[in-house]
Amino acid sequence: MSSLTPDFMLRSLGNVGSTILTLLVAVAVLEVALWLVFSKLLHSRHALVIMLLTPAAIGLAALIVYPLLFEIRLAFSNMSIRRFKNPTYGLAQGWDNLKLIFTEPVLKQVKFFPILGRTFLWTFIQVSFHVTLGLGLALLMNRKIRFRGLFRTLLVFPWAVPQIVAILAWRGEFNFQYGYVNILLRGLGVANPPQWLTEPFWNYVAVNIVNIWLGVPFMMVTLLGGLQSIDSTYYEAAEIDGASPSQRFRAVTLPLLKPVMTPVIILGVIWTFNNFNVPYLINQNELETSDILVTALFRAAFEYNRYGFAAALALVIFAILLGLTILYMRVTDFKPVMKAGLSQAAGERRRVAAKAAGGQR
Amino acid sequence: MTTNPIARLFMRTRRGSPIGLALTYLVLIIACIAAVYPILRVASVSLRPGDRLLSTDLSIIPPDATLDNYRAVLQDTKFPNWLWNSLIITLSTSFIGVMVASTSAYAFSRWNFTGKKAGLIFLFATQMIPAAMLMIPLYILASRLGLINTWRGLVIAYSVTAVPFSIWILKGYYDTIPTELEEAAMIDGAGRMAAFLKIILPLSTPSLAIAFLFNFTQVWNDYLLARIMLQREEMFFWTQGIRTFADNFRTQWGIYSSASLIVSVPVMILFLFSSKYLISGLTVGSVKG
Repeated sequence: MSSLTPDFMLRSLGNVGSTILTLLVAVAVLEVALWLVFSKLLHSRHALVIMLLTPAAIGLAALIVYPLLFEIRLAFSNMSIRRFKNPTYGLAQGWDNLKLIFTEPVLKQVKFFPILGRTFLWTFIQVSFHVTLGLGLALLMNRKIRFRGLFRTLLVFPWAVPQIVAILAWRGEFNFQYGYVNILLRGLGVANPPQWLTEPFWNYVAVNIVNIWLGVPFMMVTLLGGLQSIDSTYYEAAEIDGASPSQRFRAVTLPLLKPVMTPVIILGVIWTFNNFNVPYLINQNELETSDILVTALFRAAFEYNRYGFAAALALVIFAILLGLTILYMRVTDFKPVMKAGLSQAAGERRRVAAKAAGGQR
Repeated sequence: MTTNPIARLFMRTRRGSPIGLALTYLVLIIACIAAVYPILRVASVSLRPGDRLLSTDLSIIPPDATLDNYRAVLQDTKFPNWLWNSLIITLSTSFIGVMVASTSAYAFSRWNFTGKKAGLIFLFATQMIPAAMLMIPLYILASRLGLINTWRGLVIAYSVTAVPFSIWILKGYYDTIPTELEEAAMIDGAGRMAAFLKIILPLSTPSLAIAFLFNFTQVWNDYLLARIMLQREEMFFWTQGIRTFADNFRTQWGIYSSASLIVSVPVMILFLFSSKYLISGLTVGSVKG
């Protein structure tokens, strides 16, 4: 007999439904109030804009802005499991947390800078593998080949399967005896295949393998989209001018792919740096040697219950990430891309679309 | 970057030298096997009878295939409850998320107001915040408000998770719809809101679908927030629940695999059908039009 009884279903439905209903009613009341105040009372021209933006603004303020401000306050406290209800706040506490981050082990053994180095290495390995393999596959897929649709479907499998399922399955396959990774290695004649889940070095390798496998399809699909939007006349012109294949690649493909490549690389760096599921779940034995910054942060907060310390660590991590992004935007010319995304391209598109619509009329 | 060998392969064989073409197929086939094999293994293990779960056999369809594991996961575990929980929460929060995002995106697309640029940059910046970083204050605030082990807190939090990204997607799409359409409707006497509801929203169905799908996958695949907010087993999300199978691995590998397949197959079918649109939806705001 299944445990999913009609009674259980109704109870949970009622539970979720009442919350949703409360939310909807609250939004409706809010909208009417805003309309009364801004439109009827103040006769503001912007009443509608305010009404449109307010629900999202309140939601984001309550669930992102306020928690972040609260986190800053927390960083100046000594909150832990023992001092959950009555922590002390103060500059001295903040200073202590900061000192602890850089002088003591973040969890039990490993200090901050080795973890930072490992995080950078992880980000570098991942993004370079994703881009190289993704671009390579995209170039192959962009040729005149048969079964392209089939290849594409099969190649995006790792992206399509729910991440948790894929990660836990991989973890099983890294089992020393029964996982196919070691079965294959033994078949290839490796007498002593690695203990993927317990040896620090090999665990780090395992985490990397899984994430490469997971991340290549996204890069391939986006870069293939970029490649397909490059007009073939560029290649023909380059060929007439006598450009060699590698010259064509460097002079035509790469520059024209840049508008697609720059944002996905930035996203890739951010996502990899912040990746939690893969390093956390593959590392079944909680080896500190496989932790990257965000998993160490999570463990400090939720396994060691050092909330104040973890909040300070979170701010340090965020500062690093912000610095990296700004640096990257400076080095590459990301600004035009960003600006184009914000206004220019939009305006252009609107004009083109308007023209098209006008032509049809 | 060291892509030159690959590039050369690609370019030299453009006009179809047979060796290059064969190499292309070979590389693609190897890549496909690497991409698909781990998932096929899960499918294979799910079909094995209980006494052969741990074996060093690599064949995909076992000779003595059986559906016992599926029967076990649906009847003897709480997995159906977890799926149900995930399903109702994911559907309802995605609906709210898209609703909130679609109206805000309209404001961002059609009006110029102070703070518009700052708002868009803020939305972009939220994508940079590590999820683990937000968990600390969210957990403490939720426990102070008594929202741990309730779905109320989770539903509210999930309704907002994908809003910033959805606003970006939808704004990009609204921008491509000419304003003349609404102006015409307003000349005919419709209000601004009626024009939005009757003209813009129906025209945006494809991108609304993308935003919904994006919300859906974000929440459906979330592990972190659910793990922090829910501690009672009967309230679990499937992502938490499936981990309990995998953690005492030696005994429940078969159950884990069949549960995995039950969640994965519908999601993968949905994804494979929609991934093309998903990508065009993601790039509409960033690449030249």
